[in-house]
Amino acid sequence: MATVRFTSALKRFLAAPPAEVAGATVGEALAAVFEARPALRGYVLDDQGALRRHVAVYIGGEAVRDRVKLSDPIGPEDDIYVFQALTGG
Amino acid sequence: MAERLYVGTRKGLFELAPDNGQWDIAATHFLGDPVSAVLAQGDTVYAALDLGHFGAKLWRREGAEAWQELAAPAFPPKPEDAADDPHPWSLGKIWVIEAGGLPGRLWAGTMPGGLFRSDDGGESWLLNEPLWFMPERRQWQGVAGGEQPGISSVLIDPRNPDDIRVGVSTAGVWASTDGGASWSIINEGMYNEYMPPEQKGLPIAQDIHRLARCAAHPEIVWCQHHNGVFRSEDRGHNWHEITAIRPSKFGFAVAAHPRDPDTAWFVPAVKDERRIPMDGKVVVARTRDGGRSFDVLRNGLPQRYAYDLVWRHALAIDASGERLALGSTSGGLWISEDCGDSWSAPEARLPPISVVRFASN
Repeated sequence: MATVRFTSALKRFLAAPPAEVAGATVGEALAAVFEARPALRGYVLDDQGALRRHVAVYIGGEAVRDRVKLSDPIGPEDDIYVFQALTGG
Repeated sequence: MAERLYVGTRKGLFELAPDNGQWDIAATHFLGDPVSAVLAQGDTVYAALDLGHFGAKLWRREGAEAWQELAAPAFPPKPEDAADDPHPWSLGKIWVIEAGGLPGRLWAGTMPGGLFRSDDGGESWLLNEPLWFMPERRQWQGVAGGEQPGISSVLIDPRNPDDIRVGVSTAGVWASTDGGASWSIINEGMYNEYMPPEQKGLPIAQDIHRLARCAAHPEIVWCQHHNGVFRSEDRGHNWHEITAIRPSKFGFAVAAHPRDPDTAWFVPAVKDERRIPMDGKVVVARTRDGGRSFDVLRNGLPQRYAYDLVWRHALAIDASGERLALGSTSGGLWISEDCGDSWSAPEARLPPISVVRFASN
């Protein structure tokens, strides 16, 4: 099972604890998280299911390449980090 | 119902209440988060957030209950034959929320130009597809050179919830008389100075900064346009320019008196790229004769080295027609109890203000 961890910046808006989920791709792993926590989806993905422009997802220290279809493969031991990319002031 | 003024800023929502004749901040909400739109119907308040990282969100509070997040308006899956659509099919920002004249009905105007309707008090939203799928919608231009057009104004006829006017930056005034089932662009008589000569007068080329309608005389509609002030006496079909506006004709905001069809307020500024008050003085322009003449109101407003700009939704009037609120990009907030003759500022240094709104009954 891969582990998906979310930025603590989300805590102000909704609960986003680490989740252990099954899936072959980043998209499948996130979909499994959102199934349990549907309100979280809109914070991470846009209306078409792509990563929000100012959200970053890393697998084992590397940013995912496919930010639109989220097809990057993941392994069962991977840690997936979802956090905010720098913006604003 | 308690008197309330809601002030949406780049760093939170501020709730003001009258206290011994002075308006003061009674509560703060969403501190640190950008607020892009507010609607307060009685004790029910809707607040739209424009989170830099996490997108546009919608929250509702009923009475003394805690804020509850609602599902934000969302676009349907983008079909393959829309691949060449110049605008994203994803909510950018909720720019305005209006009551729809029926129990539970709300309209939300957004960037990138989607109009959404809720019939259950904001619990769920549907994109108005007839407007979104108009072929002309793809010609809508972005706001201020940006990528996304925006619906800044949604006017509902108080006597007929099916009669809707939508103001778009930049794409003119759109009308529906059947509750949004069909739409047409209606604004004749405007001109857009910055367009090429052959396009200046095209209805779709008009940069509608903000529309306001006289509630008691809904045929009267005022427009602060990018390059001037216009008035319509036939529900937005035909417009004539108001040239008497002083000290300048550029601006973003307009407020219409709820009962007097000849009274409206504007906040003039230096136009286009500079966008600052004339001569460093914040003033409000008021007409009481349908635009033939204007009073320039400045009592209580900063008159020295002031560079406050007032955005589209940052000038509000209440149901009495006497009380106004004005919020600026510098965080200036002023309230008038006498139709704008004099203004007073609450004790506060606020973040940049995007929207001010009185609670309605």
